[in-house]
Amino acid sequence: MLNFRKVKPFQGWITVALLLCATTSVLADASEPLIDPEADRQALRAYYLKRFPGVDIQDYINGIYALDAASREQWQALEEFPPYEFDLEAGEALFNTPFANGQTYAACFPNGGVSIRQHYPYWNAAEGRVKTLELEINECREKNGEQPYPWKKGPLAQISAYMAWTSRGQVFDIKVPADDAGALAAYAAGKRFFYAKRGQLNLSCANCHLEGSNIFIRADLPGPALGQTTHFPVYRSKWGELGTLHRRYEGCHRDTRSDPLPPQSDAFRNLEYFQTYMSNGLPVNGPGARK
Amino acid sequence: MLKVRWMTFVAVCAALLTANTVLARDEAALIVLGQAVFLEQSKGNCIACHAISDPQAQLAGNQGPPIFNMKLRYPDKRLLRAQVWDATRNNPLTLMPPFGKHWILSEHEIDAVVEYIYQY
Ligand code: HEC
Ligand code: HEC
Repeated sequence: MLNFRKVKPFQGWITVALLLCATTSVLADASEPLIDPEADRQALRAYYLKRFPGVDIQDYINGIYALDAASREQWQALEEFPPYEFDLEAGEALFNTPFANGQTYAACFPNGGVSIRQHYPYWNAAEGRVKTLELEINECREKNGEQPYPWKKGPLAQISAYMAWTSRGQVFDIKVPADDAGALAAYAAGKRFFYAKRGQLNLSCANCHLEGSNIFIRADLPGPALGQTTHFPVYRSKWGELGTLHRRYEGCHRDTRSDPLPPQSDAFRNLEYFQTYMSNGLPVNGPGARK
Repeated sequence: MLKVRWMTFVAVCAALLTANTVLARDEAALIVLGQAVFLEQSKGNCIACHAISDPQAQLAGNQGPPIFNMKLRYPDKRLLRAQVWDATRNNPLTLMPPFGKHWILSEHEIDAVVEYIYQY
């Protein structure tokens, strides 16, 4: 009888996947006009609206907790005393402490670094690459004669958490300039990464987070692909500390039994670009807390 | 003469009997291995995606259909083995890892897990 489970969403997913695959493979020959991020975003929203009709699109910022009532309750209890509070304080202090040369983080960013999270990552045309917030925090340090921080946790995650905090409620507004072939190619690379099969287990991110969202894989429930990045960095109970998005990418990537790519590699920044574009229209709610 | 024939008969019977128990023992061992392949994360971890009505199989996932009625659904056991060896043959986008093609399990382990699920 369990056989009837999820037959419909699965078929729906195939349709979405075929559409997406069709676009991706065409754009592999660099026919850039066919890359249409906005159409992809609308297709993803439509997919989730259809699959989980009772769930408000805005609620997808809460990941699996938007879909599964049982885990939502545990999470709400967790959020009563947010486990990332100390990190926020530490992040604020770090952000406001001038470097040895007297300069500040604020000077490196637009609007003094406040309320800007919703614009990251972005395509930097001059450098020809996607820039993430974490990348620019470390660049700011190096420019001012400081050592860069490690990418996955610790002070870098704390500063990033504080900057997200000052942006809470701002709506993600990632741009993929339609007249910039480099930006379109970066977006397309991120999208291909998300849908491509990888590793010894032959799994794609989409296998678990699109088709497989809210279906048990052993005792774990993969969350939805929509809104997956809005709350990063995240305090994860399993880690017992705060971690960045690329730390999470590394773990999930390893779940496919392939060699993880390094944080802030081109592939991961492009993936973040694609995923965050999918979250356009949703508010910043970082830092978050997850199981 | 008669006595010799009789003794041959007894000997052949005995040999057949032992052969049978050896076979039975081999099969039992195969099923024990197959169960381990099904349940253990470092082996097949089939339980991550498939429920099966083995009392030892707790907290199964449901990404894939429950393992059920295998004999009826796969009268030809070779087709079942083929599904485990490379699920992408039937569905290129499948979630199910290609256990044989990607060398996740040995051929012997695949035989074992097929034997194990064939009971359900
Ligand atoms: C084998 C299944 C599986 C695969 C493959 C997989 N993930 Fe995950 N992922 C999970 C599970 C389970 C979780 C934890 C539940 C959750 O929060 O979604 C998770 C969590 C995440 C999170 C954190 C979500 C949150 O709300 O904090 C991100 C981001 C993520 N995955 C991205 C990816 C990307 C990108 C890939 C491909 C490189 C990928 N995943 C591949 C199972 C998987
Ligand atoms: C990551 C998920 C996953 C894992 C692990 C997995 N499977 Fe599957 N399996 C599936 C899915 C999904 C299907 C449904 C058919 C399809 O999409 O190809 C399936 C289908 C099957 C079928 C066909 C069922 C039917 O009703 O016809 C059999 C048999 C099977 N799997 C056996 C196994 C065995 C044995 C293992 C471990 C060695 C295993 N699976 C591991 C996901 C998985």
